[in-house]
Amino acid sequence: MNTATFSLATVAPAIPEIALLACVSALLLVDLFVPDREKHLSFWLAIASLAGTAVLAGATVGNATAVTFHGMFVSDPMSQVLKVAALGASAVTLVYGRLYLEARSLLRGEFLSLALFATLGMMVMISAHHFLTLYLGLELLALSLYAMVALQRDSARATEAAMKYFVLGALASGMLLYGLSMLYGATGSLDIARVAASLGGAGASQTLAVFGVVFVVAGIAFKLGAVPFHMWIPDVYHGAATPATLFIGAAPKIAAFAFVIRLLAQALGGLDHDWQAMLALLAAASIGLGNLVAIAQTNLKRMLAYSTISHMGFLLMGLAAGTTNGYASAMFYVLTYVLMTLGAFGMILLLSRAGFEAEELEDFRGLNRKSRWYAFVMLVVVFSLAGIPPAVGFLAKLAVLQAAFEAGFGWLVVFAVLMSVVGAFYYLRLVKLMYMDEPAGEITIAPRADARVLLSANALAVLALGIVPAPLMDLCARAITASL
Amino acid sequence: MTPVLADFLASGTILLASALLVITARNPVHAALWLVLAFFSASCLWLLAYAEFLAVALVLVYVGAVMVLFLFVVMMLDINFERLRQGMWRNLPVALAVGGLMALQMFLVLGTGEFGAGQVVAPPAPAPGYSNTRELGLLLYTDYVYPFELAAVVLLVAIVAAIALTLRPRKASRYQDPAVQLAATKATRLRVLKVPPAAAPAPAEAPPAGEAPR
Repeated sequence: MNTATFSLATVAPAIPEIALLACVSALLLVDLFVPDREKHLSFWLAIASLAGTAVLAGATVGNATAVTFHGMFVSDPMSQVLKVAALGASAVTLVYGRLYLEARSLLRGEFLSLALFATLGMMVMISAHHFLTLYLGLELLALSLYAMVALQRDSARATEAAMKYFVLGALASGMLLYGLSMLYGATGSLDIARVAASLGGAGASQTLAVFGVVFVVAGIAFKLGAVPFHMWIPDVYHGAATPATLFIGAAPKIAAFAFVIRLLAQALGGLDHDWQAMLALLAAASIGLGNLVAIAQTNLKRMLAYSTISHMGFLLMGLAAGTTNGYASAMFYVLTYVLMTLGAFGMILLLSRAGFEAEELEDFRGLNRKSRWYAFVMLVVVFSLAGIPPAVGFLAKLAVLQAAFEAGFGWLVVFAVLMSVVGAFYYLRLVKLMYMDEPAGEITIAPRADARVLLSANALAVLALGIVPAPLMDLCARAITASL
Repeated sequence: MTPVLADFLASGTILLASALLVITARNPVHAALWLVLAFFSASCLWLLAYAEFLAVALVLVYVGAVMVLFLFVVMMLDINFERLRQGMWRNLPVALAVGGLMALQMFLVLGTGEFGAGQVVAPPAPAPGYSNTRELGLLLYTDYVYPFELAAVVLLVAIVAAIALTLRPRKASRYQDPAVQLAATKATRLRVLKVPPAAAPAPAEAPPAGEAPR
């Protein structure tokens, strides 16, 4: 007979999640009484919710691993770090996007509360210790994101993007669920620890489990946007309003990393020989296609979409290594990648204004003449995305390549380095446009001081981490070692 | 053949046949009715798997509520279903060929004996006096309380998203505002006219429109 008891100790590890849920419920109610002209109140309430939750989540950092809610929820060093990062990335996204949203009258309570719900979904995914919670967190995140893209109803492009995102996302969820159900059939449990124990033992049906792994990997690849499951990424990145694009492109990648670690490394660690090869192939295809197709793009958002595909390839490469070192490198990669993405889309948002989207490469032509500082900010971010030292992107790539090489994926490392050289072309083309060409049109920098200061700090962080990477690398290594 | 297997085969056959009729029926109302039969057969399958509560819930929720709503929508929408189905017969051979190929491939993989009921541990037979509903309730509100709450949050997001995507405040629409109606006082609605007690037998002017009844 099941007699679970609930006490404060049971609930304590989940206090950040509970606080965020309470905040978003309060925001939904408060927003009804805020007149349209005063929407900045709702905005600051959302920022305060994220910041407060980040403080609560930060207070848990360093706690010992705790599993609660009958094995549904885990608070381990990895989840504690990733939660703070995801909350921070969501808050920065909202600050960058504020003016853009205001100018298009999208800064409504619905957008803000959906953003908070999405963040809650990420936290649930990061802390999941059961396939059911993993899946529910994913759906919470995905449903909120579909709606955030579709919220711009008067734009045909946004509606089309939302439709594609929804249909392909639902298909991916179906694949994932199918795979999970096979794993349940093979192991008789959905609990991550018990699945891992069962796969290690002799009782489980290995063939059925491997069959499930194939579907699970396909579902993961869909969600990450790895080739050949990448078709939705360019259209969604291009079609969605830029703040929604940034929201999809930044914080959810952290949750996706945790998702892969929980599923493949923790639950299916016993079958690593089966999924390592699949991840390596996905990584090679993503790095190749992402870099090659990005060259042909003239739209910056589409170019960054293909760049995302290749970066997800690098992430998968670190995970494919299947070693603690590989997971730690992948964690470092995803955290720094989110920082770079925030910077890149932050610049697009900085140059956008009412009725003008600074999303074509041409819009950045001659930026150096207008503002030396913001041209430098973009330079740092682009160098980092390309993997040119001293920006942090170089070290992140190096760590992942090293881990993959040690795991015996020499061919993949050579291919990835070659493709990075190809990829440097389209990043450097942007630098050339900014520094060596005359401005074509008018460039205005509209946002308020908070967004500008944050963007500058963002670029400086990309640079500083490239020069002093040890603390963050240490943090990732310790978190992964303590959690696996 | 055991009675359970016979039940399974009968329900399964009816389920597949009705599902096929859902997509081939010309009349959308008939398709919806076939879908009801499909749901009902599925709930019979669940009953065979000892999931009594889920079987009853499927009938109550899907057949009783969702399908009725669905029928309403189908009847109210003016969709030319014939046009949607255009090209079906033209594309059918290709679809059948692809589907047949996929079925063959699945048979080759699944027929190896690596899959099937033999690979999965059979659930233990229920003890006498076992109540499916009671066990489900106990689990749902104790061990599974966290996912249960999460499912509630997912539904909340669905509500917020559905309202945000469909509600478009239209300025031209006329509606009653109960707050204004309740705040109305005598002074705003009632005008007392001083009518001089004239001897003239002529009737007083008709009160202006909107006057409170006397």
